[in-house]
Amino acid sequence: MTVELATFPRMTGFAPVQYAICLKGIVWREGLRFLHQRERFVAALVRPLVWLFIFAAGFRQVLGVSIIPPYETYILYEVYITPGLMLLIQLFNGMQSSLSMVYDREMGNMRTLLVSPMPRWFLLSSKLVAGMAVSLPQVYTFLAIAWFWEIEAPAFGYIAVLPALVLSGLMLGALGMLMSSVSKQLENFAGAMNFVIFPMFFASSALYPLWRVREASPLLYYVCELNPFTHAVELVRFALYCQINWISLAVVGGCTALFMVGAILAYDPSRGFLARRGEPGGGGA
Amino acid sequence: MMQEMTTVDPPAVAIAGVSHCYGRRQALDDVTFSITPSTFAVLLGLNGAGKSTLFSLITRLYAIQRGHIRIFGRDIAHASSEALRMIGVVFQQRTLDLDLSVVQNLTYHAALHGIGKHDGRARADEVLARTALSDRANDKVRNLSGGQMRRVEIARALLHRPRLLVLDEPTVGLDIKSRADILGYVRRLVVEDGASVLWATHLIDEVSNDDDVIVLHQGRVLAHGSVSRVVEAAGAQDIRVAFTRLTQGADAAIEAP
Repeated sequence: MTVELATFPRMTGFAPVQYAICLKGIVWREGLRFLHQRERFVAALVRPLVWLFIFAAGFRQVLGVSIIPPYETYILYEVYITPGLMLLIQLFNGMQSSLSMVYDREMGNMRTLLVSPMPRWFLLSSKLVAGMAVSLPQVYTFLAIAWFWEIEAPAFGYIAVLPALVLSGLMLGALGMLMSSVSKQLENFAGAMNFVIFPMFFASSALYPLWRVREASPLLYYVCELNPFTHAVELVRFALYCQINWISLAVVGGCTALFMVGAILAYDPSRGFLARRGEPGGGGA
Repeated sequence: MMQEMTTVDPPAVAIAGVSHCYGRRQALDDVTFSITPSTFAVLLGLNGAGKSTLFSLITRLYAIQRGHIRIFGRDIAHASSEALRMIGVVFQQRTLDLDLSVVQNLTYHAALHGIGKHDGRARADEVLARTALSDRANDKVRNLSGGQMRRVEIARALLHRPRLLVLDEPTVGLDIKSRADILGYVRRLVVEDGASVLWATHLIDEVSNDDDVIVLHQGRVLAHGSVSRVVEAAGAQDIRVAFTRLTQGADAAIEAP
């Protein structure tokens, strides 16, 4: 008697609609988690509003801004720092999403995502999109409050800035995801956030134009120029005035791709740092 | 003379020559065994035996460094998507989102498998009914007991209708009744639905005489087969004594100069 192993009919890959369902599910879960953390929403708004209402008002007379593109007239300091504060929201949001990935990994929830039969690059990209999507209502709420403070952009600018916010949100989320992949513990990541958020924010054009930085320190100017956050701020600043800063667009697009590829490789079981360290397995016994 | 041809299903899990290291520490050493479809197989080993590492390899959380793992003939390294579609997983650690409701956790899992909202909801209702949790569907997971959370995790593992269920120490931290309920429920899945189960545990009293058992110790398989075969091979009177003899023998062999 000969014994032959049965062959099961070959499963087809996932249909585009199934990818869409998966993406929607991940975005929905991130949204629900955000809604459950109301204090996160409040904190996300309070932070830039303090900068806007207190810091900017105090420094209005000290830090005069000359006419620089995309502005066509003299502007108030509050107007100048608004794009930087929008990006500050996204920066914190990106880091917070990544912090939740480290938490998920420590608590085990991340494994639910990673044992899905969907390709891992798609799962991580969806997670990134979800994090970015959560940042958008926060930024627009901030813009709405700023509008009542008479910080107004051209009406179409509020729509034109959306793609720029999407791209910058993806870049900052991908950076956070990359960081989360190399951070073993929650505490380490929280510390690493301080080494990223504040240097990125202050060494950028968020609070002062770069020509002023160059006058003060040419070295710091180059650091600011190399900082992808500077380009994200400028991309959003120009988009808010219905213009495109092509160099910033290229830098932000390139950095998004670079960080994303890095994060996907890091989370790849065969190549990533997690595999080398024996995560996620909770001890690896 | 005409030769008769019989077709059999490939093993639910076929593990061949699998080794895994964390740096210099060898967690698994040439692990080889297979599980026949529609059987309840117990992966029995003490803490640190390598059970969780093996689970992480079967579910592709880790990449395989050496050897092969096939799920119903599908290589987890090369056809991971197909293989993972056939596996339902219950991890040792709780992996539910505590702030979401039971049904939200289930529909999220459905989405991760590309199952749409309506189908996902229907399947969630079905598995919740089977795990006697229909009345808790809209409760936040945070408000459930440990045993109920485990049942939700089993319901979630069944949602995409896998052919193989792998559970890593699913009864850890549960009271006696919850343990018995969960064990009984999973055993019924084998008998009634023909599911294949790989159940990892360090608790010998979870092994039944009808099970297949794989004794894993210090990363190596010491014995594999039906309980009676393992007991006989160890020259013992029951599985408890057999396990003790096998593991002590292995320890003594390692310590011997």
